[in-house]
Amino acid sequence: MKKITLKVNNESRFVHVEPNEILLDVLRDKLGIKSPKSGCERGDCGACTILLNGESVKSCLVFAIECDGMDIRTIEGLSEKGLSELQESFIKHNSFQCGFCAPGVIISAAELLEHNPKPNREEIKEAIAGNLCRCTGYESIIEAVEDLVSKK
Amino acid sequence: MKIFHESAAYHVSGKAVYIDDIQVSDQILNGYLYTSPYAHAKILKFDLSEARKTNGVSAILSYRDLPGENQMGPIVHDEPVLAEKSVEFIGQAIFLIAAQTEEAALEAKKKISIEFEELPAVTTLKQGIEQNSFLQAQRKIEIGNTEKALKETKNTLSGEIEIGGQEHWYLETQVCLCVPGEGMEMKAYASTQNPAETQAIIAEVLGVSKHQIEVETRRLGGAFGGKETQGNHVAAWAAVLANHTKRPVKVRLQRDEDQKITGKRHPFLIKYTAGYNDEGLIEAVDLELFANAGYATDLTMAVLERAMMHAENAYFIPNMRIIGKPVKTNLPSNTAFRGFGGPQGMIGIETIIDIVARKLQKDSAEIRFKNLYGIHDKNITPYGQKVENNRLFMLYEQLVKSSEYQMRRKDVERYNAQNEFSKRGLAMTPVKFGISFTTAFLNQAGALVNLYTDGSVLLNHGGVEMGQGLHTKMQQIAALEFGIDIDLVKVNATNTSKVPNTSPTAASSGTDLNGMAVKIAVDKLKARLAKVAVKKLAELQQGLNFVEEDIVFEKNAVFSSKYSDLKIGFQQIVNAAWLERESLSATGFYSTPGVHFDRTEGKGQPFFYFAFGMAVTEVEIDVLTGQHHVLRADILHDAGESLNRSIDIGQVEGAYVQGLGWVTSEEMKYDTKGNLLNHSPDTYKIPGVRDIPQIFNVKLLEGAPNPTTIRKSKAVGEPPFMLAISAYMALRDAVSAVGNHKLEPDLQLPATNEWIVLACRKLRNMLMC
Ligand code: FES
Ligand code: FES
Repeated sequence: MKKITLKVNNESRFVHVEPNEILLDVLRDKLGIKSPKSGCERGDCGACTILLNGESVKSCLVFAIECDGMDIRTIEGLSEKGLSELQESFIKHNSFQCGFCAPGVIISAAELLEHNPKPNREEIKEAIAGNLCRCTGYESIIEAVEDLVSKK
Repeated sequence: MKIFHESAAYHVSGKAVYIDDIQVSDQILNGYLYTSPYAHAKILKFDLSEARKTNGVSAILSYRDLPGENQMGPIVHDEPVLAEKSVEFIGQAIFLIAAQTEEAALEAKKKISIEFEELPAVTTLKQGIEQNSFLQAQRKIEIGNTEKALKETKNTLSGEIEIGGQEHWYLETQVCLCVPGEGMEMKAYASTQNPAETQAIIAEVLGVSKHQIEVETRRLGGAFGGKETQGNHVAAWAAVLANHTKRPVKVRLQRDEDQKITGKRHPFLIKYTAGYNDEGLIEAVDLELFANAGYATDLTMAVLERAMMHAENAYFIPNMRIIGKPVKTNLPSNTAFRGFGGPQGMIGIETIIDIVARKLQKDSAEIRFKNLYGIHDKNITPYGQKVENNRLFMLYEQLVKSSEYQMRRKDVERYNAQNEFSKRGLAMTPVKFGISFTTAFLNQAGALVNLYTDGSVLLNHGGVEMGQGLHTKMQQIAALEFGIDIDLVKVNATNTSKVPNTSPTAASSGTDLNGMAVKIAVDKLKARLAKVAVKKLAELQQGLNFVEEDIVFEKNAVFSSKYSDLKIGFQQIVNAAWLERESLSATGFYSTPGVHFDRTEGKGQPFFYFAFGMAVTEVEIDVLTGQHHVLRADILHDAGESLNRSIDIGQVEGAYVQGLGWVTSEEMKYDTKGNLLNHSPDTYKIPGVRDIPQIFNVKLLEGAPNPTTIRKSKAVGEPPFMLAISAYMALRDAVSAVGNHKLEPDLQLPATNEWIVLACRKLRNMLMC
């Protein structure tokens, strides 16, 4: 067991981890951050996507011990001061159905908008290409981002 | 006004609680399975004593440790909770392990000693047919005289088509958390489409009465039929372990495990013979449908039956014989999946029409149009039900125009003439889908509506929210009927102690059934409130004549239609009713009138109504690599008077894309031993964002209210899935262009890149000969 520090959604937190513990499990089970979901445990579905030092990663592929001192953001963090415009836009477009993919999709989209405030349809698709959604057919997700971008 | 999904704010902020997110005490144990490595084997002996000593392991159970019945088959009792003397598929549960960590469970698994004697296994549908391995006797539906008509008809064709299965790939894998209470009580938080059945199965397995078991379901992370019965399995396993250890136990399948051991959409083999005239009118069809049931019955008979009832899709066929045969194989028991046999059933007739069009060198849309069910005649289905409120012509006319079908047909031909190694295909296909459970008694639903003295409403109903927006629609119905703002209504988690003995949320019937039950409960409460309103209004203004029949509920107020200036707030009237000692809680119960079906005769009125839809899809294929994509899809779908357009359009889009996966990329590969080879998302491809149509026009049919349902709406969960058949037919069209539409393409379903290359190569070779 090693004690590491993670800055999770702007809060500095200590946690003891084994060398083989996966970041997703540590976030969910030890830190109570439940928005990243386990959909495949092997980096293919994107349900566990988070921002690690500002970059989106699949947290099921990362060892927690490697993240000592790093900054972690999840969608709980995006809505600290009320919902973001992006989150609001997803609500308005009824973008999600079961919602299980939403935390990962939103992180991917938020990362895109941070780097590219005016993405086109292809760029939006590219950004969420690592997130699987079995319910929506993606159209409503793309529309929500397009609509937000068009209002800027 | 646009109404948003009732959980949307929770979804986007990460606050929506799924079962794996529920906070439980440190006492929790995780449940793991020890499963069969063989598709068919005898269990000679086993010994768990060493394994039970593993640190961190609280229990290892075999069938001998089950307190009640060793059964979890929903209809036929042919699915043991834990295997006894033999195993019948790879992944069948033999032992249960409750452990603190996965490592401890793995350690214990290594110490389990067990001996098998491998037996011959049936691992493919064709083997099952050859070996006469049938679950039950065949079923038959027939209209007219098929044999005679086939002899007299001018042209005939025959062949067979293999249709693959499909993994549900709900994002949230099967999961259940069981928390023991006092005595024999058990509370299960289950990801199930059928909490009442989950309750029944837990009760049976634990050997207790149902009233000891409470099942609660807040929301599912997707289901699509995959949690109609198979959510029961993890629930039974978790309950047994929780009961044994007297601690909370969660069983959550990992993705690969889920894909390997749970049932899927039934693969089918369809053998067909059809007769048609020179105009392209289909005169007779003889079909044999073989369904790959897997090792147990589960819902196979109902799935097969629905496939048979959709084997003519939207077409009037005067002479038709449909034989259905359930084939038993040594694979996981296949189960419900959006469309429930309907998609497989329709593939037969759509393929036949596609071939007829090619043989007659006509456009397939023309042949489809010619054979559509009529409005005044030619409207009796093979099972004897009349097709009423037929929307097919409305759809056809509007969609041909909006999709610019005729023009694009010419464009496609031009493109194909100019390109040797890239081909385009275009197809338009209809859907007619029967709404109701074909098992008549299931068409019932209950609701419990509580009014609180502050005017807020708590709604309980028997349906489960799995993303389809059912709770949102129920919330809307209650708000509309009470005439109040939607945020005054909260929908509770589905709970067997609130509304008992419910049917599964399936067959697209969730809104129809539960919506009516909600309305009935609301009407009861409104009658009570109206009584109080009459009294209170008279107190406000003496000398006027107030009667209950005139009382209106609108805009958060109650008033008489005769004197609409005089209003009492909704909250006030509820509070007044409480002071008047009126009950502010009511149940509603609804059962669909008139549905019935006689299985031995193969006749009846199994459906309350039909939902219709139509789609035009254009695809492009690379002849040399088989790569393909959908250039454009135009959909017009009939949702009656939609209760929530945005939610319904989401259902149509999602269903189409899921259907696209089934017809193009989602191929399941097994080895000869019955091992599923592609059991993870890197090898099993569900559609990603790059696979959706480049242009995607989805519209709901306007001006077509459904006369007999809640607020004239229509069920919308399953029917649009089958719109994706247009993509498969467009792929056939594109492949067929390789042979200048003179030769018949040999294209299996799903039409993967591999199959497309093979089919193209075959045609090219034939051309060269
Ligand atoms: S759980 Fe991490 S990508 Fe699927
Ligand atoms: S909304 Fe269900 S998986 Fe995306």
